[in-house]
Amino acid sequence: MLETLTEAFPTLSLLAWEPPGWGANLVRGLVNSIQIALGAFGLGLLIGTGGAYGKLYGGPVMRDMLAVYTTVVRAVPELVLILILYFAVTDLVNQALVSFGYDRVQISGVAAGIAVLGVVQGAYATEVLRGAILAVPVGQLEAARAMGMPVLKAARRITLPLMLANAIPGLANLWLIATKDTALLAIVGFAELTLQTRQAASSTKAFLTFFLAAGVLYLLITLLSGVIFGRVEKWARRGQPGSGGGGR
Amino acid sequence: MKKTLLVTVAALAFGSAAMAETVKVGIAAEPYPPFASPDASGNWIGWEVELIGAVCAAAELDCEITPVAWDGIIPSLTSGQIDAIMASMSITADRMQTIDFSNKYYNTPTVVVAAKGSGITPTAEGLAGKILGVQVSTVHQDYAQTHFSGAEIKLYQTQDEANQDLVAGRIDATQADSIALDDFLKSDAGACCENVGAVADDQAILGLGVGVGLRKGEDALKEKFNAGIAKVIEDGTYDAISAPYFASSIYGG
Amino acid sequence: MTGLRAFLLPHRVVMLALALGVVIWCAVALRWDWLPKYLPLIGEGIWRTIWLLAVTSVLGFLLAIPLGLAQAAGPWYLAAPARVFCTVIRGTPLLLQLWLLYYGLGSLFPQFPAIRQSELWPYLRQAWPYAVLALTLSFAGYEGEVMRGAFKGVPSGQLEAARAMGMPRLTILRRIWLPLAIRRALPTLGGETVLQLKATPLVATITVVDIYAVASRVRQDTFIVYEPLLLLAVVYMVITGGIVLGFRWFENRVPSRVA
Repeated sequence: MLETLTEAFPTLSLLAWEPPGWGANLVRGLVNSIQIALGAFGLGLLIGTGGAYGKLYGGPVMRDMLAVYTTVVRAVPELVLILILYFAVTDLVNQALVSFGYDRVQISGVAAGIAVLGVVQGAYATEVLRGAILAVPVGQLEAARAMGMPVLKAARRITLPLMLANAIPGLANLWLIATKDTALLAIVGFAELTLQTRQAASSTKAFLTFFLAAGVLYLLITLLSGVIFGRVEKWARRGQPGSGGGGR
Repeated sequence: MKKTLLVTVAALAFGSAAMAETVKVGIAAEPYPPFASPDASGNWIGWEVELIGAVCAAAELDCEITPVAWDGIIPSLTSGQIDAIMASMSITADRMQTIDFSNKYYNTPTVVVAAKGSGITPTAEGLAGKILGVQVSTVHQDYAQTHFSGAEIKLYQTQDEANQDLVAGRIDATQADSIALDDFLKSDAGACCENVGAVADDQAILGLGVGVGLRKGEDALKEKFNAGIAKVIEDGTYDAISAPYFASSIYGG
Repeated sequence: MTGLRAFLLPHRVVMLALALGVVIWCAVALRWDWLPKYLPLIGEGIWRTIWLLAVTSVLGFLLAIPLGLAQAAGPWYLAAPARVFCTVIRGTPLLLQLWLLYYGLGSLFPQFPAIRQSELWPYLRQAWPYAVLALTLSFAGYEGEVMRGAFKGVPSGQLEAARAMGMPRLTILRRIWLPLAIRRALPTLGGETVLQLKATPLVATITVVDIYAVASRVRQDTFIVYEPLLLLAVVYMVITGGIVLGFRWFENRVPSRVA
């Protein structure tokens, strides 16, 4: 079966695991992409949680600063933000370090990628989480307060678990954006899946084969993530009314 | 909250900071055979990659090859992501305003390649009204814009893309370094096309050969690279590396 | 007037002053001497970005309507392909789709010399048709999903009433179902258009000279890094602002008594 397939499409053998096949390269790129996506998503969640609480309960200055942050990030293309953050931030960090008498540091591609995409993700996560917190019924919180629960405990035991279920569809979307945005790092020369694909394709001239193969890999991530997030949402909604029937 | 965040970001960023005195040598992340291209196992191979190893060994530098997008390779150098550029970058007056160069380590003529039988010549008349593809921020872009203003000039991020579009027929000709184009013409895809000759020299634009790009003011590193280049040429390593790749020396006059 | 006064809280005045200070500092301390030389190119680039955005959003939206309808109410042999299309478009990076179309198709041309003789060749030769195609398909993929929900969300009472009046099916679609669905999708349309704007710079990687490509060219010609990027950020923010205001104006004009 496999042999007849490679005979019909000779470029398929280029996808083999061992050189001269480029399969291992693609998988290496995929691992890099997932690593950055996970890091950026996590960093985005951290920023987003802080940002959401800041927007809801922070002072007027904090609220306005966060509004500027989310507006700018959501209005400027990720590609431009990546270039600005990638060059400007490393430059500023190094200039600061040199002026304080330290040596310049080199920021690895992975760290820079995570930081850049994380800042972008943070802006979107702020909005998603803010909406999710707002959707927690006020009565629940009032009940907790009436029981004399301290604020932090109420946040941990009531708000966060209830909010999680509301936030998951939005967060799932963000995660998919994170995986796809890693492709943009190809443009700054980082060896994630899209750049690896590009290099393999231009070295072998089998453009269609490699681009389609990479497309399948991205699609697998998407579909798999859909299943996982579906499970998580079900788990997060356990014990809530109407969880089985799927609402509308 | 803010503070812990900053610390996390800082830890992420600096966690991988270089410990020892490694010199990060930047190469273009896009394949540029036969000088530098990735192979199927993910290693970078090619003449320039081997030369980097030899020069660094001769200069007693601990080098680490770091692929960077060509488009951002000079900002990467000035912002400190890399410490040196060895990516077939020609020494030009324009670039000298921003960065510094070592002595040259090779110098080859510039040629034009076009489809077989197209009748294109590497002159302003021969290219008038044609579409000429060149790589951005190269001496070839400068040259084409100065001397071939009658042609429609299309800019590519990499020479490889220009070659690809020449094969596809989207451009009529491409102008680049003779060695890089020879390699392309020898490949299967290059069968469509032929070398139509070298362009007239213009040293002010085409430069004085290819050197190691360095940050301004890092003279100690520059001296080390100069010494390394001189040593590999003197002890025959340069010729030994070149022999499998090129019929004659590409060091140039 | 009172709106402005409510906006100008003390801390906002300080923030605005700070922002103004940053702008002045940028204008004075950074290098802008390249601007006059590149101004014509910048104008062309902005025009091409807006043109791409407008054309691909409109075409993409037109394509999204049948995609949404097929998924919401079509028979399985129409619904399934539409669903697969939306999943594939939404599940893979646009950059990859763009390169697949441009370089993938381009690599097939030498094998079929007849293509170069065809009447389409002058278009296939250029880069912008691929950019338009990729961006249109992408917009259709995302908006198709929105339209699916919008078609499904139209209250069934409206459709039943139309049917009870003996309206033919196509007329129901044209006069009742589609207008109501579009109105439901309208609030998301502005957001999708902003996302589409943010996707346009990718076309620079296939040699289309949009504003992003012009800024890259300035960067590469002059080795000035931050100033062109700053200009780029400002240009995109202004266009985004225009889109947001435009859609707000449009939404206010559409009667929304029937939600």
